[in-house]
Amino acid sequence: MTNMTMVEAINLAMAHELNADPDLLVMGEDVGMNGGVFRATVDLRKEFGRTRVIDTPLAETMIVGTAIGMATQGLHPVAEIQFMGFVYPAMEQLICHAARMRNRTRGRLSCPLVIRAPFGGGIHAPEHHSESTEALFAHIPGLRVVIPSSPLRAYRLLLAAIRNPDPVIFLEPKRIYRAVSQPVDDNGEALPLDTCFTLREGSDLTLISWGAMVQETLKAADHLKQQNVHCEVIDVATVSPLDRRTLIASVCKTGRAVIVHEAPRHCGVGAEIAATLQEHCLLDLKAPVKRVTGYDTIMPYLRQELRYMPSVERILSAANEVINFGS
Amino acid sequence: MKQKYEFSVQSHRFINSAGKALMPLPARYADLQLLEQAYEQMVLIRTFDQKAIALQRTGKIGTYPSVLGHEAINIGAGLALHQEDVFAPYYRDLGIQYLRGVSFVEQLMYWGGDERGSCYAKQPEDLPICVPIATQFCHAAGVASAIKFRQQARAVLVSGGDGSTSKGDFLESLNLAGAWQLPLVFLVSNNQWAISTPRYLQCHAETLAQKAIGAGIPGVQVDGNDFVAVHDTLTDALTRARTGHGPTLVEAVTYRLGDHTTADDASRYRSQEDLKKAWEEEPIKRLRLYLSSQNAWDEKREQALLQRCKVTVEKAVADYAAIEPDVPTAMFDHLFATLPEDLHDQYEELRRQTQEASHD
Repeated sequence: MTNMTMVEAINLAMAHELNADPDLLVMGEDVGMNGGVFRATVDLRKEFGRTRVIDTPLAETMIVGTAIGMATQGLHPVAEIQFMGFVYPAMEQLICHAARMRNRTRGRLSCPLVIRAPFGGGIHAPEHHSESTEALFAHIPGLRVVIPSSPLRAYRLLLAAIRNPDPVIFLEPKRIYRAVSQPVDDNGEALPLDTCFTLREGSDLTLISWGAMVQETLKAADHLKQQNVHCEVIDVATVSPLDRRTLIASVCKTGRAVIVHEAPRHCGVGAEIAATLQEHCLLDLKAPVKRVTGYDTIMPYLRQELRYMPSVERILSAANEVINFGS
Repeated sequence: MKQKYEFSVQSHRFINSAGKALMPLPARYADLQLLEQAYEQMVLIRTFDQKAIALQRTGKIGTYPSVLGHEAINIGAGLALHQEDVFAPYYRDLGIQYLRGVSFVEQLMYWGGDERGSCYAKQPEDLPICVPIATQFCHAAGVASAIKFRQQARAVLVSGGDGSTSKGDFLESLNLAGAWQLPLVFLVSNNQWAISTPRYLQCHAETLAQKAIGAGIPGVQVDGNDFVAVHDTLTDALTRARTGHGPTLVEAVTYRLGDHTTADDASRYRSQEDLKKAWEEEPIKRLRLYLSSQNAWDEKREQALLQRCKVTVEKAVADYAAIEPDVPTAMFDHLFATLPEDLHDQYEELRRQTQEASHD
């Protein structure tokens, strides 16, 4: 077992499946010779050759559209969009085709592809490189949206995404690409694709998050423990389809919930979770469900980005409001 | 300054609007059998097309895009394809799809609002009708990439209208096809109109075929009302694709003799005179005149053909009318390979409502 970062674990998962699945292709801008701008595909071309690790022309619509065509022929393309902020030209292909190919042919054709894209703020990147727009994809029936928050879950969720027979948007929180290391065993074991992960068990408050914000949320939980507030921490991981059952069970138990995400609040995935909790946990709730999120503004450039993103302090402030509600 | 490279665009036409061969036809048309077959299919497609419009007018199907004027392109392309090739259509490719094994009943189901119309019982690999303009070019590039990756001797044909050549999807796919030397043939049916936008407002280039030049691939224009020009050019282009000689762009020039769809009224934006002039060029009459001039067609055969077409189309309409709507829960059945647990409640809600409604 090797200690590795998330970006190394992602590389390992692709290498594992390139070995195991002769129909798997890795494609995108700069993924071959260069190994990807974040080095997520480093050395894959050397090992698997240019016909399976493919440098494409610079055209996102074509990358996704071509991957769809390949997938209808039974290939399993894993296409990288260099940054989430550049996926939008391909939205028509994702919404009108990738998400619908199985349905509109009643199963005659399908679309077993993965679109990987780094996303989120906190690494002082240029304009358009730091947003979190997972809710755009989560709103589309037929797409799965998966966001890992640790090296091990990145490895196992990417394996699951690749093996899944339907299109998966795999969003990689680049702020924690290299921030955390942990042992990852290259055993080819995948995780389920519609299950939340309970990282800490607790009885007083449920903290719900995903992606890079899981790190801040865990830190907040540590602080709260010192206050004798025992938090259940849940990594949603698959924002679509949602594992509502786990979320509902936890909040019915603790009676309190704070949802933490980097994306803007309005129509965010947090809103869907909050609505679900009030539908199912109303009589168990001891306080309103709070959200700690990015503001409903344009993501500021790098000098102010940390003011925009949820911090441990903002999470603690919301948690204390919820804990002290009514007293 | 020195000349770096020179470009030219060729245009092919064999039979003119009077049905006269302008030059000896290529050898593959010598025995006339192929031309007779093509003529019969073109008449069948027009018969179905007229019926489909009538079905829309009486509420039996939804909005329908007529292929009137596209018959030579449709049948020329359909007969040039091999069964093992893959076809990626747009929405004015009725005849190509018919020759690929997509039945009239499936067409009526699709335009009548039933997803099962894209099941294509006799055509497992072709892509379904593509409504979002030009997006199909990218899928075709992907299919062609898969064929090349697997080193198969097959070709892909992808089709779109003149308006589609303005979109990035078209240009990005054309560019990729050149860069990767894909076994892919682009067919642009230039019918002069993208709904109400005329060809000259779509692009300043003299031909649409010359868009191939920027991608470094061959581009050729054909008279899209001349079956021989369409079929001959596509046959060669598809052969090149199957044998590892890369992609081709073929612009077939015709005229949209009908409205854009049944929801359109072309009299709002184009003149009767232009339409009348365009009818003089139409593809069916010219092939009939040619066949007649070769003593291969006469009024008796024409009447017998029309009768056969009528029977075929009426049978399809009757079969379509007998098909029950799908169960409502089918909207969940093919969303994913297996329905995620998160959707079980919604599935049950719809199932229950459907049951209750059936008991009312």
